[in-house]
Amino acid sequence: MIAVLINGRRIDVEPGTTVAAAVMRLQAGFRRSVTGELRGPLCGMGICMECRVTLNGRPHERSCQLLCAPGMEISTDA
Amino acid sequence: MPSTLVIGGGPAGLAAAWAAVQTGDTVTLLDDNPALGGQIWRGEIPSRYRRFLDPRVTVRTGVQIHSAAQLPSADRIILATGTRERFLPFPGWTLPHVLGAGGLQAMVKSGLPIAGKRVVVAGSGPLLLAVAAYLRKRGAKVLLVAEQAPYARVAAFTRSLWRQPGKLLQAAQLGLGLRYRTDSWPLRAAPGSVTLQGHGVLPCDYLACGFGLVTNTELPELLGCKVESGAVITDSKQRTTVPHIYFAGAGSVDRSILEGQIAGFDLERARALYPARDAAVRFDRLLDETFQLRSELNTLATPETIICRCEDVPFSAVWQQRDWRSAKLQTRCGMGPCQGRICGPALEHLCGWPAASVRPPIFPTRLENLLDLRE
Amino acid sequence: MTTDVLIAGAGIVGAAIAAAFREEGGKCLVVEPHTVGGGATAAGMGHVVVMDDSPAQLALTEYSRRLWDALPVPPSVEREHRGTLWVAADAEEMAEVARKHALFPASEILDERALYEAEPELRPGLAGGLLVPGDSVVYAPTAASWLLRLTPVRYTAIESLTPDGALLADGTQVSAGLTILACGTGITRLLPELPIKPRKGHLAITDRYPGFLRHQLVELGYLKSAHGHSNESVAFNVQPRSTGQILIGSSRQYGDESPDIRPELLSRMLRRAVEYMPRLVDLQVIRTWTGFRAATPDSLPLIGPVRDRVWVAAGHEGLGITTSLGSAALLLDRLLGDTPAIPPEPYLPERFA
Ligand SMILES: Cc1cc2nc3c(=O)[nH]c(=O)nc-3n(C[C@H](O)[C@H](O)[C@H](O)COP(=O)(O)OP(=O)(O)OC[C@H]3O[C@@H](n4cnc5c(N)ncnc54)[C@H](O)[C@@H]3O)c2cc1C
Ligand code: FES
Repeated sequence: MIAVLINGRRIDVEPGTTVAAAVMRLQAGFRRSVTGELRGPLCGMGICMECRVTLNGRPHERSCQLLCAPGMEISTDA
Repeated sequence: MPSTLVIGGGPAGLAAAWAAVQTGDTVTLLDDNPALGGQIWRGEIPSRYRRFLDPRVTVRTGVQIHSAAQLPSADRIILATGTRERFLPFPGWTLPHVLGAGGLQAMVKSGLPIAGKRVVVAGSGPLLLAVAAYLRKRGAKVLLVAEQAPYARVAAFTRSLWRQPGKLLQAAQLGLGLRYRTDSWPLRAAPGSVTLQGHGVLPCDYLACGFGLVTNTELPELLGCKVESGAVITDSKQRTTVPHIYFAGAGSVDRSILEGQIAGFDLERARALYPARDAAVRFDRLLDETFQLRSELNTLATPETIICRCEDVPFSAVWQQRDWRSAKLQTRCGMGPCQGRICGPALEHLCGWPAASVRPPIFPTRLENLLDLRE
Repeated sequence: MTTDVLIAGAGIVGAAIAAAFREEGGKCLVVEPHTVGGGATAAGMGHVVVMDDSPAQLALTEYSRRLWDALPVPPSVEREHRGTLWVAADAEEMAEVARKHALFPASEILDERALYEAEPELRPGLAGGLLVPGDSVVYAPTAASWLLRLTPVRYTAIESLTPDGALLADGTQVSAGLTILACGTGITRLLPELPIKPRKGHLAITDRYPGFLRHQLVELGYLKSAHGHSNESVAFNVQPRSTGQILIGSSRQYGDESPDIRPELLSRMLRRAVEYMPRLVDLQVIRTWTGFRAATPDSLPLIGPVRDRVWVAAGHEGLGITTSLGSAALLLDRLLGDTPAIPPEPYLPERFA
């Protein structure tokens, strides 16, 4: 199992789990749109940008294209 | 040894790389996903295609091509950049429980538990059934598959499958035990539910929704290949209008694999596959006709419905614009990080605006990756 | 078809002229082959800035900036008074800071410490800067459409000038009391004798990073690059948009008339930006584009008559968003016979006759 932190909460996931799937497992929201709506993944393939999160301090990372790695710190808008 | 560069590691790209290796080429395959297999296989490559994973192919995953200048030099380039889903805006389509059909499948394949969840699959095309079957296998309660196409067309199509027994079997297996309903489409979604044409409100945990496929033509276009009404122009050997650049992988899996092999093989071996490929192309045309989007789908968006999800541009701001370029400049529609990949195909449908031209980077990329571009 | 005033071009310059003339009651018609604000106006940075390469440039930019401030633009124009921070890398450039300070009344000299307080993302070791608080940033395409909101636009080009007006590409003959050509670099097709050359520029924009940048920043080395008429140059020029996006410029290049991105030059431009702001490397670039400035030999626009009943307003090079309003005001004064706020002579086309 791989442990990552999402908004400060620890979650253990199977290897091969994407950050997007991990965030959804925790039922955390993803991003706030520019007018403040809550959004989540749409395409699952790196195209729509709706699944963006802040990864290890870097904003705008596409969580559906990233595999969870030990110790990752992920924060979302909601 | 001549070198071949393959971009894209889905069925077409894998088949192309494998075929190119058979001809004695040195082959490199690049893909932007963490795992090979493309959207459809996602790391779970069916056993009968495992041979495509030839150890002689140099594979690099997690590499996204954003600029032409980034491509390693090669004698031949085979582009197999695949397709994406078309999304049509309706009220509530931006809610977090609404995903693409392929999108939800991808999430489940990459670790989202779906067992026990109530899912409605809606939109159009054979992908809906494939997704529904997959989700069910993983324990989801698929409440309904809503297909917008009219019953008569879908029925005629199913009958025509008698002539393609392999396909029929597949369709029958897929259809097994699923509630499938034609002439139905999402009218609106609200948190925890969807309202379907002819069906009323259905509470659900997820609405998985897609209206057919759009070819990813950005990279071919960036490299100068001619693209017409959303399709990359190719000859029978899958050559684009640019010498040494091939394109493979429009349409169904079977067709993609054939196109990939034709692009990868030498002429003689490729020729042997032309009849099968041509049949697959004809089959895809039949699919296109069957699952043609009905005009009612153009009336789903209300003035408040958001069209551009990146910039939150409502339909009312967009519809009065003269063309795509004015919409971009005056309303910011399509100016966000998805670069119009979601709203572009939607507006092509709603307003008849053809896609705009592309410029590097064709995907958002860290500025650092643009510091050493060459001509 | 007849009109009092026929304006060619719905860029920011044509739009400003249409707005000014309409207020005085003249019947205006604008013709535009593409989209409103879709030419250089869409490409530019929208920095409303006072520049002082020459006294005439100072006069026109200062006057224009005042006009911009008086214009009650709607929110869609995204106007923000960010101010310009001219960044000095060394003592030589600090001398330039002192010189500019004397010319710009409200400006403020920043020493090294004050510079980093103003813009923490700048690399260490810079000498200081000059903050010009009155400069602003606008989004020019919506400014153009707002200025044109009450003027009819006909979507076609002026094909050629005729003795009493113009022939349009759609075949219409227009007879006009006055024809004003505000068609940017497109003007040389109609008047090849004008000394206007396209000068290509590249720009890039990032995703949203609110707070990363506070002012419009321009390196003072800019002067060397912008006005040396060398064939290719780049300069550090970054701008915070109201969205939180960072707009990154700029390049200047003669002799390349293709709108395609030149990857090498784009890279050079971005490297220059990173030299000043190292953490830019981490930001996601979402789009790049190019545009053409209409450049004249003396870096001043051509504003005024070229022949009987034909006026031009073009050649604004890299300052046309700023100087559009001043250009329109000068032409209106000329039409009405009023005394202009600044002397119009330095901009008259006849200086090249
Ligand atoms: C990279 C870059 C950065 C810049 N940054 C800034 C900045 O920060 N601040 C600033 O003040 N300025 C800036 N500028 C300059 C500014 O963008 C231009 O000076 C200004 O937009 C010129 O406006 P225009 O209306 O003359 O030209 P355009 O916007 O080019 O408009 C001309 C219009 O005329 C039309 N046309 C052409 N031919 C015909 C014809 N025959 N008949 C009818 N219509 C015709 C065209 O289609 C076009 O729409 C920048 C320019 C570039 C390229
Ligand atoms: S879900 Fe669309 S980019 Fe990740």
